Amino acid sequence: MAITREEVLHVARLARLSLPEPEAERLREQLSAILDYVKQLDRLDTRDVVPTSHAIETGTPFRDDVVEPFGDREALLANAPDRLNDCFRVPRIIED
Amino acid sequence: MAFETVIGLEVHAQLSTRSKIFCACSTAFGASPNENTCPVCTGMPGVLPVLNRKAVECTIRTALATSCTVQRRSVFARKNYFYPDLPKAYQISQYELPIALGGHVDIEVDGGTKRVGITRIHMEEDAGKLVHEGEFAGAQASLADLNRRSGPLMDIVSEPDMRSPEEGGAYLRRLHDILVYLGVCDGNMEEGSFRCDANVSVRPVGQAAFGTKAELKNMNSFRNVEKALEYEIRRQVELIEDGGKVVQETRLWDAGAGVTVSMRRKEEAHDYRYFPDPDLLPLIVDDSWIEELRATIPEMPAAKIERLGRQYGISRYDAGILASTRALADFFEASAAIYGGNPKTTANECVHWKDAILAGTLSPETISHAVEDRERGTVSATASKKLVELVLSTGKPFRTLRDEQGLTQLSDTSALDLLVDKVLAASPKEVEGYRAGKAGLLSFFVGQVMKESRGKANPKMVQEVLRKKLGPPMV
Amino acid sequence: MANVPVHEWSLLEAARKVRGKEISSRELTGAILARIEAIDPKIHAYITVLPEAAAAQAAACDEEQAKGALRGPFHGVPIGLKDIFCTRGVRTTCGSRILRDFLPPYDACVTEKVLAAGAVVPGKHNMDEFAMGSSTETSFFGATRNPWDVSRIPGGSSGGTAAAVAAAMCFAGVGTDTGGSIRQPASLCGVVGVKPTYGRVSRYGMVAFASSLDQGGPITRTVADAAALLGVIAGYDRRDSTCVDIPVPDYLAAVERPVKGLRVGLPKEYYEGGGLSPEVRAAVEKALKALTDQGAEVVDVSLPHTEYALSTYYLIAPAEASSNLARYDGVRYGHRAEGASGLIEMMSRTRAEGFGDEVKRRIMIGTYALSAGYYDAFYGKAQKVRTLIRDDFTKAFESADVLLTPTAPTPAFRLGEKTGDPLTMYLSDIYTIPCNLAGIPGISVPCGFSTEGLPIGAQLLSKPFREETMFTAAGAIERALPMRRVAPLEG
Ligand SMILES: [Mg+2]
Ligand SMILES: [Zn+2]
Repeated sequence: MAITREEVLHVARLARLSLPEPEAERLREQLSAILDYVKQLDRLDTRDVVPTSHAIETGTPFRDDVVEPFGDREALLANAPDRLNDCFRVPRIIED
Repeated sequence: MAFETVIGLEVHAQLSTRSKIFCACSTAFGASPNENTCPVCTGMPGVLPVLNRKAVECTIRTALATSCTVQRRSVFARKNYFYPDLPKAYQISQYELPIALGGHVDIEVDGGTKRVGITRIHMEEDAGKLVHEGEFAGAQASLADLNRRSGPLMDIVSEPDMRSPEEGGAYLRRLHDILVYLGVCDGNMEEGSFRCDANVSVRPVGQAAFGTKAELKNMNSFRNVEKALEYEIRRQVELIEDGGKVVQETRLWDAGAGVTVSMRRKEEAHDYRYFPDPDLLPLIVDDSWIEELRATIPEMPAAKIERLGRQYGISRYDAGILASTRALADFFEASAAIYGGNPKTTANECVHWKDAILAGTLSPETISHAVEDRERGTVSATASKKLVELVLSTGKPFRTLRDEQGLTQLSDTSALDLLVDKVLAASPKEVEGYRAGKAGLLSFFVGQVMKESRGKANPKMVQEVLRKKLGPPMV
Repeated sequence: MANVPVHEWSLLEAARKVRGKEISSRELTGAILARIEAIDPKIHAYITVLPEAAAAQAAACDEEQAKGALRGPFHGVPIGLKDIFCTRGVRTTCGSRILRDFLPPYDACVTEKVLAAGAVVPGKHNMDEFAMGSSTETSFFGATRNPWDVSRIPGGSSGGTAAAVAAAMCFAGVGTDTGGSIRQPASLCGVVGVKPTYGRVSRYGMVAFASSLDQGGPITRTVADAAALLGVIAGYDRRDSTCVDIPVPDYLAAVERPVKGLRVGLPKEYYEGGGLSPEVRAAVEKALKALTDQGAEVVDVSLPHTEYALSTYYLIAPAEASSNLARYDGVRYGHRAEGASGLIEMMSRTRAEGFGDEVKRRIMIGTYALSAGYYDAFYGKAQKVRTLIRDDFTKAFESADVLLTPTAPTPAFRLGEKTGDPLTMYLSDIYTIPCNLAGIPGISVPCGFSTEGLPIGAQLLSKPFREETMFTAAGAIERALPMRRVAPLEG
């Protein structure tokens, strides 16, 4: 199953990966090969099969509603590529 | 052509938990930027979510109060999209399998009752806040504050059952009352604790299929929701009448301009690639937990209005005011329990002193004492009001103040007898005149007795004693 | 044994000698740091070496011990960590440019537990970028070499950890395994590697690749070391919702248990394909003989959906990864592209610059598999086949206590040999992947060498939360087939 260039570019946009031309074509070929391979799953009839998200099937545990402050805001902000005071700073959001 | 409006509402209510839905940071409003954050809610590499039990309980209680079916197994999914206020680049939200399905809320419109269906209730985490540097349009940068990130949200989706902005407003107010009654949400719309999006469409009367809908956002008060709906309905009807077509889109309400504005978004933004969050296991709710929570559901507003009217014989209007706030209704019932008397008087007092009661500065004892003393004639209406004001300013008990201030009315008949005898003895001419037919002189005697008692006598009783002593005037 | 160099001691031996004051932690740590300095330029098993911090930790251990206090079972012993475990204030890169300078504000649960056990951390091990790879060639920091033949890969993604252990540059290490990333490099480097049951070891602070498959586990030179280290890092952690609250048994005791009567299942599908090298087959047969010689029984079992495991894995893991790796957007930490004119461009260029080819490839596959119109055909389908694969194991374990298979189809291949063809590279995990999909535990134990002198490992799989059974079988194989565990490298 061949994936088209448009699909590759669409998926790259969804995944926020800028793709220069040659890379897009190489990825198109590799993805097509991988998707061809995984299409073997179609040979299996799974109509009545329940999907598995986890190998364990207990319910999710809970936290009590208790506040435990982390207490080191600076350590959380210290890795920021750009910041203003105690906020993370990002380029303008307006889409062109 | 006549058109019919179809409205469905989606309410995002911030749950009243102390900590966030998936981490132990505080949910307190108004903290300095990123003060209430930790590795989990800032989406550091390697962090994992753990579900807040209280958030689940708030949601189950809401589901029960709105007659939804609580799902024994529900699943958290990831909604994937990139935005700087979304640190993990996905929002954890229930998608295919929400915690509650199929309920309803009854609203009152045009003197009748209408049932609005609830499609589903699900839980999710809130986004952070973005502040733009400078003017939005010319902003070169934005600042992300993640305090609100991962706050616990409950998403309540109605059926498209409402047919007018008034019905929409009535539904929202009723739902708001229910959440506040349950104590699961503080209901503060300005702080964003109770937010609403609307789906609205119009169709020619008699047509079965729905028209194309627009999604309205950014309405932060009941009134704004109604206004936005009114505007949008008018816009759609005019568009169709002019031969145009409504397009499915998201529109923002601009409260200043009083219009809805299209919020253009790229197509791909809608491919959220939902899938079950592998970091959380299914949310399992058993029967005993549900029953335990059912026992904590208080009487809901509609039932309370009905019962207050029936049980206390007060008007539907008064019952409505009392029941508008659970605390006020509870206060009324506590006061009425201390002193029975005429509950209408108690209701009037509660309505009159509503603000002080809700501010927590008055006790049911104060109101019940005020009502009792008035009904027994121990204090006058004016004195009672003055005394309650004094309670508020001094904090002293009502009856202590009454005695200190000497604001007791004289209602003791033997004491009144003496005063009346004294006045009558001093005014023989007037007594004669009264007996000769000048009935109007009665108020003269009352005035004299009041003067003699320095205003403390109970005027009603003074009249009674006077009538008895003077006998009927000759006509 | 008296002339075994310090750095070649087993983990338990080193711990015993520190406890017995035969050696100080300073000396022990000094020996390891010296070994790293001498050997690692050839191997490149470490992304970050922490000589000062390790020396300080060792000094503190010695001081505490002088006052009579021991931190835990590994007091003063150097144990390395794959650079996927967050270490507070110590850079954690996950082998990626995008996290090149990332300083975690917190410790992973595994980090905490290893430190609480008294271990000294000499450094952070190299790995395939975000654990995506089977050769440790996708690391932004350069490939790691196999200590047995430096022209070959050490396996991956925990190749740095396996190579560091095989080259005696630490007494043990903790790696992670999503589709074989502990067992396959352990096999290729001639050491022991354990992938515990899903939910046995907390994932908190372990940078996520595929959340429903990832597990941390030990890489050591002996089975007993692995059992002891797993005993330390396993256990409930309330910060990980998928961590299971089951008591941690005494794994070490299980290693010595007899295998008499143990039912060893041989899944026929693992021995049928043409990809299995004859040398690997012969070595695994020796391991089987070691077990039957000691009284184990052989049963034939079938795992009929084995041929679908690779496809299933290469849909589920990339799908989860595409979402897990979306957080690297240049906003809060890590690399950010310079000079972007708007937010979308900043994010897209940051990610294009920050991620390597294999990571991008998997993000693309995963995004595609989850996207509108393809979910049911790809991700949804894979989740259903996962059920079939899991059911295969449940059935096999009705007649067998433990399954014996090769760990990898071939011994270590050469650097660059498979980098051009992703699918061929993926095939090196063909025997390890089903275990992750089923959530069961697995161990790779050395069972021989190829004619070229390259190590070969046998894989043992047991029922969920029954790691003891595979430790028992692995212990029996190890006792029957004693072999060199430290690669013959001259410093
Ligand atoms: Mg929502
Ligand atoms: Zn937090």
